[in-house]
Amino acid sequence: MRETTPQQDLIRGIWKENPVLVQLLGLCPALAVTNTVANSLAMGIATFFVLVGSSLLVSMFKKVIPHEVRISAYILIIATFVTIADLVLAAVVPLIHKELGAFIALIVVNCMILGRQEAFASKRPIGRSLLDAVGTGTGFMIALLMMGTFREILGNGSILGVSLFGDGFEPWVIFILPPGGFLTLGFILLAFGWWQERKSESVRIRQWPHGVATPSREEAA
Amino acid sequence: MGELFWILISAMLISNFTLSLFLGLCPFMGVSARVGTALRMGLANIFVLVITSICAWLLNTYILPHAPYLRVISFIVVIASLVQIVEMAIKKISPTLFRELGIFLPLITTNCAILGFAIFQTNRGYDFLEGLSFAIGAGLGLTLALVLMASIRESSELSSIPAVARNMGLVLIIAGSLSLAFMGFAGLFST
Repeated sequence: MRETTPQQDLIRGIWKENPVLVQLLGLCPALAVTNTVANSLAMGIATFFVLVGSSLLVSMFKKVIPHEVRISAYILIIATFVTIADLVLAAVVPLIHKELGAFIALIVVNCMILGRQEAFASKRPIGRSLLDAVGTGTGFMIALLMMGTFREILGNGSILGVSLFGDGFEPWVIFILPPGGFLTLGFILLAFGWWQERKSESVRIRQWPHGVATPSREEAA
Repeated sequence: MGELFWILISAMLISNFTLSLFLGLCPFMGVSARVGTALRMGLANIFVLVITSICAWLLNTYILPHAPYLRVISFIVVIASLVQIVEMAIKKISPTLFRELGIFLPLITTNCAILGFAIFQTNRGYDFLEGLSFAIGAGLGLTLALVLMASIRESSELSSIPAVARNMGLVLIIAGSLSLAFMGFAGLFST
């Protein structure tokens, strides 16, 4: 296993290994509930809570949980926190809870959360696991908010329900409907790919400053 | 009878699990590169959904009225263990079927489509037969989406795609267009 510093544990999940935008984990909630900023925020906070809580518990009990039944044990721990989140959201913000519907309960099967338990919390000390969970949870929230903002502005012309453009704006309704979820994430990934392509291209040019024809990545491979 | 058919069609086309409810996206992105695999994955899905439907109905009728807060936990535990048992039984009874479906079964169990299905069935208050037809409809819908996606991806393999789109970006855009097409089914029934 590669050794990492605490700072890396915290920062890694936020951008470089962002669960949604880079690893494509936890796509179901990322696409389903991001039609408005408020929903994205509620979903992000709920997932953050479940992730941090279960990472803490899994890391605390990692010596007690037998290896053979570890996945079931993780799922039970996660399901407990999801039930807490579900009941709390229903009590505090009943409207948003109703809108998110089944997707709160579906945090249980978010592969991002189970993935962090299996890959990190079950092997590391409590402090490190918490840092990792906070980083990954923040990364998830950033991705959700990004999609939520994009979709609400285009599909409804507003942010958090506040109208941005006045009456002259014709909302691009498709973006708050299901296809918009796929398209938004698709365009974000394409933009990311383009940006990375450009970055590696400029590195290549800088390394070979004398106009030498160098094989591009595809030709070399 | 007509009611059951409606439930089936609406679960399959109008509110397709993958393309309009975003459930079961992991297999949709992961195993949709070949039509054959996609088809088998779909069949395994129908199978697990039917088992789930029976499980969820039993739990809802006999156990959960006494302890509603155990809903999420009991669904996932009961469904996961039952699928495991069924998998062992299939392995014993029909090795051929096991080879066709076997590897997918444990993967599917912790798929959001399965838990989502159980929760939808509960929320909509379906009885036993309605639940079964919902399960078959949802399973057929998942199969349809998987096979469509796989055939598009197979035929796009030979076309020249810009380098930036060679990762998942293209798959998501295709999924968006499919989802757009499926929205057309919303007008299938005018009530």
